[in-house]
Amino acid sequence: MHALSNVDLTINQGEFVSFIGPSGCGKTTFLRVIADLEQHTSGQISVNGASPEAARLARAYGYVFQAAGLYPWRSIARNVALPLEIIGLPKEEREERVRRTLELVNLSGFERKYPWQLSGGMQQRASIARALAFDADILLMDEPFGALDEISRDHLNVQLLQLWARTQKTVCFVTHSIPEAVYLSTKIVVMSPRPGRVTDVIDSPLPAERMPEIRETPEFLAIAHRVREGLKAGYSDDG
Amino acid sequence: MTASGGLWRLVTPVATVIVAIIGLWYLGAVYLNSNWAYDQAERAGTSLTFSAMVTDTMPQDRPVLPAPHQVANEIWKTTVLKKVTSKRSLVYHAWITLSATLLGFAIGIGLGIALAVGIVHNRAMNLSVMPWIIASQTVPILAIAPMIIVILYNVGISGLIAKASISAYLSFFPIVVGMVKGVRSPDTMQLDLMRTYNASAWHVFWKLRWPSSLPYLFTSLKIAVAIALVGAIIGELPTGAQGGFGSRMLNGSYYGQVLIIWSALIGAAVCAGLLVGLIAFVQRITLSRMGLAR
Repeated sequence: MHALSNVDLTINQGEFVSFIGPSGCGKTTFLRVIADLEQHTSGQISVNGASPEAARLARAYGYVFQAAGLYPWRSIARNVALPLEIIGLPKEEREERVRRTLELVNLSGFERKYPWQLSGGMQQRASIARALAFDADILLMDEPFGALDEISRDHLNVQLLQLWARTQKTVCFVTHSIPEAVYLSTKIVVMSPRPGRVTDVIDSPLPAERMPEIRETPEFLAIAHRVREGLKAGYSDDG
Repeated sequence: MTASGGLWRLVTPVATVIVAIIGLWYLGAVYLNSNWAYDQAERAGTSLTFSAMVTDTMPQDRPVLPAPHQVANEIWKTTVLKKVTSKRSLVYHAWITLSATLLGFAIGIGLGIALAVGIVHNRAMNLSVMPWIIASQTVPILAIAPMIIVILYNVGISGLIAKASISAYLSFFPIVVGMVKGVRSPDTMQLDLMRTYNASAWHVFWKLRWPSSLPYLFTSLKIAVAIALVGAIIGELPTGAQGGFGSRMLNGSYYGQVLIIWSALIGAAVCAGLLVGLIAFVQRITLSRMGLAR
């Protein structure tokens, strides 16, 4: 049973790549293989020029899950400090990095709050801050806004783009949402299920600077249309 | 609704149950002690009216079932009216049992947590130790307690530590079972997150597994402390120990002093209630401060 087959893809540094496809197309599996949370059975994959395991051991990426998964017994600041404690940074540096990353996700002033005091969107921002805290080059995001309502999701997309512009991270982003994928990405990987494979790779012609209004433009809609066609192509095999 | 109204709603059901229990207790005392009263009347050659019979069942020296006020009076005499250093003071005996309970409970906590951590982290231990832990609790404690006490006596351990070992024997079990579940409670996502940090097993335990297990630990502690007290009392039975609730109950039954047995029983129940209440209190504070309160 192969969850994924014939995936050939190069992601350049500083890119924002979205993986979009229906459930069971292996997009999450692919992300987990990059993160060394899942083993690949054949083929070659290199992360930062090394094996996924070496990249994980070197803490080359931060991972954001669909659920924020903050510890209820830790304040927001101490949640963000969690990976820093594990890495073993001294206290002053931890505090400095927590301050900086919370500022990046617009959560300054919420250091002492507990997760249950924050909205779902704010919790997810705190979890992004936690993934950014140890300043890895790569940010892997597995449907981070999937559990949120559309209004919060649009808002967080705008913030995520600003964050990406400021930090220059390489982002791999798994999503179910076509507008989200088109709005955020420099490259969109369209996938289809049974077996999981890539049906289309779209290099986005949209400018780096994107206002929320860009969602109404013909260019945007044209890419969205191409994504939709790619998704349809995946289903036509089923008959 | 005012605060006193809220309190009243809380008090009413509790008070109703207490009144009902005391009422049933009196009925039982009249019924069970009436034989003796009729017997006495028959020997004296008199007949007994119903109300005279009821009166006669209340103040008996050796009733089958003492009336609640007799037990209350006995407890009052042996707590408030006796110095706590007196061997006739229930407080003195309570302390003897409680000290063994608390020592055994502490050993049980340490043993229970250590075994749970080992079972979760070591597959071989999970397979080999868990069946023995379960088997240990299927042995009737009343049968095995005297043997444990005798064996410990022969290796030079007696008194407090011997009694505490029975308490520990009983109380480690709910802690192992609860903590195995608690230490395993973090979901796959939380464990994956730790993996992305390349966290050591020690970090995973200390930062994630231990805090996640605390709600389970407290639930287990409440069960464990109550049976630790039972264990200490059982530990006092085979030795004919110098003191404690167990020896009070044993003495009471040797000399047919039902009142002593009942007052020791109630004393033990009150102690168990206080211990469980104390743990519930610590649980409430700890878990609400940790944001884990349900």
